[in-house]
Amino acid sequence: MGTLSRADVAHVAHLARLGLREEELARLEGELNHILDQYAILARLATDAIPPTAQTIALENILREDVARPSLPVDVALGNAPDRQGDHLVVPAILGGDGGGG
Amino acid sequence: MSAPAARAAALERYEAVIGIEVHCQVRTASKMFCACAVPPPDAAPNTHTCPVCLALPGTLPTINRAAVEHVLTTGLAIGASVPPATRWDRKNYFYPDLPKGYQISQYDLPLAANGSLTVETSEGPVTIGITRAHLEEDTAKLIHAAAPDGRRVSLVDFNRAGVPLMEIVTEPDVRSAEQARRYAEELRLLLRAIDVSDAEMENGQLRVEANVSLRPRGTGPFGTRVEVKNMNSIRAVERAIDFEIERQAAALDGGEPLRQETRGWDDAAGATYVMRVKESSDDYRYFPEPDLPPLVIDAAWLAALRAALPELPAARRARYRALGLPAYDAAVLVNDEGMRVAFEAILAAGPGLPPKEVANLVTGDYGRALNETAERTASGLAGRADAASLAHVLGEVVAGRLSRANAKEVVAEHVVGGRPAAAVIAERGFAQISDADAVGRIVDAVLAANPAAVADVRAGRSQALGFLVGQAMKASRGQANAAVVQAAVRERLGRGGDG
Repeated sequence: MGTLSRADVAHVAHLARLGLREEELARLEGELNHILDQYAILARLATDAIPPTAQTIALENILREDVARPSLPVDVALGNAPDRQGDHLVVPAILGGDGGGG
Repeated sequence: MSAPAARAAALERYEAVIGIEVHCQVRTASKMFCACAVPPPDAAPNTHTCPVCLALPGTLPTINRAAVEHVLTTGLAIGASVPPATRWDRKNYFYPDLPKGYQISQYDLPLAANGSLTVETSEGPVTIGITRAHLEEDTAKLIHAAAPDGRRVSLVDFNRAGVPLMEIVTEPDVRSAEQARRYAEELRLLLRAIDVSDAEMENGQLRVEANVSLRPRGTGPFGTRVEVKNMNSIRAVERAIDFEIERQAAALDGGEPLRQETRGWDDAAGATYVMRVKESSDDYRYFPEPDLPPLVIDAAWLAALRAALPELPAARRARYRALGLPAYDAAVLVNDEGMRVAFEAILAAGPGLPPKEVANLVTGDYGRALNETAERTASGLAGRADAASLAHVLGEVVAGRLSRANAKEVVAEHVVGGRPAAAVIAERGFAQISDADAVGRIVDAVLAANPAAVADVRAGRSQALGFLVGQAMKASRGQANAAVVQAAVRERLGRGGDG
């Protein structure tokens, strides 16, 4: 553990669309590796007999019936938008970006 | 070299390896993880949103039961297995079409796995393995535009964010553009038959993407894979893949390396263009969705869904073939819900009718009437038609009491007005005289009244035969069965059947 390279940090920053300066990358490389070191301690525990889980509450099959209910009025939906044009929310154009899309 | 010739030459050297991904909007009233109504295609922007699908802080998703059942039903229809427990995963990426910064999807435990679909092609049946079918949520729609001050911006409409999508992924089993087209057609037909989606490609309810690569024939490893998107019709699927096969073959022949990338299909230009270089799967950093409980699908739930499955298109085609229909007729009927309903209803109303005759009526005279009216009866027949009347029309034709030309008029009039076919036949004087004695009496009278023509026929001038038949038809006011009249004239003038 604790083996994130500078390139790994830059890659993760790119995925999060964060523009980071060199000194920020250096600082984060140290901080992220420190976090991973803590996980390395947990990883020493014997967990072979314990199935992985993403849940902390023992519920399953909680389903909603397919019934539509009223949505928000447009002005409420866009109430927090910093910028709007007509009834659209406006964001800066992201050129060459990648909608993961499906 | 012409395009087909170039393609044929390319395919002698290279084998296409194609996998197909379909995103299908399953038919629900509400969104996947919230109770917002699924917006109609013409909904005004941002009129179908709520705190959940806008990803406001503190909100939690809830699972739409109907969407889950549609995917389970699809799994049953493609012979897939359903894992006893499935869960949801977050697919992370940052883009303004994704309000949460992740899409809720399913990664390694999809609702259906290991199915298949068999399609008929010009080279015979081909079975295409289906790796998986899973549920996920659609994204917002972005419009790239300029703001009033000239800045380049994107306009975001969150209406579609959270609309349930079923993703169906095949194995790389497809070997040609034709197979890809047939798969898309058969899958669309199946999704409609099991009533899980309207599957209209024009309004994005069915989106087809293809992963296309080439490898030299006789070799094992796959070549560099290119993902092709924006194919907005079944025809576009076939054209885009054919184009891509030719493009890749030309690049490989020229020693040009191919890049793993996503390309869009430009239908007007008839070509694909680079959209983006593909991020690898790891970059989506999938991890289990902690906000949703897992789904456990027990045998009773699956059995109930299986019991509700209708006859599937492949089984239906096989049944029609067993009734004696040619493959073409069986496919036409199964592909057109309006005709299929009529075929079944007429056969039920007239169990003695030859199925091939019923198919001819349905695809011919009835099919025309079906296309001319948008009106449907409660049982799904065209206009005001009823199955008993349609069966009666065909029964009269088969028995020789109604000409095919008149049957067409009776069907058209019955469909529009709904009057019983028997009444239409009587009022229009269409009842055909086929009784040999009755026709014989008319013919005898005509022969007696036209001695010169009779003499001509006897002298070998066969035009006169037609004249006498015409006179007899006229004498019957068009109601005599022309074939019976002709036979009667020939018999009386000793001209046999060879004319």
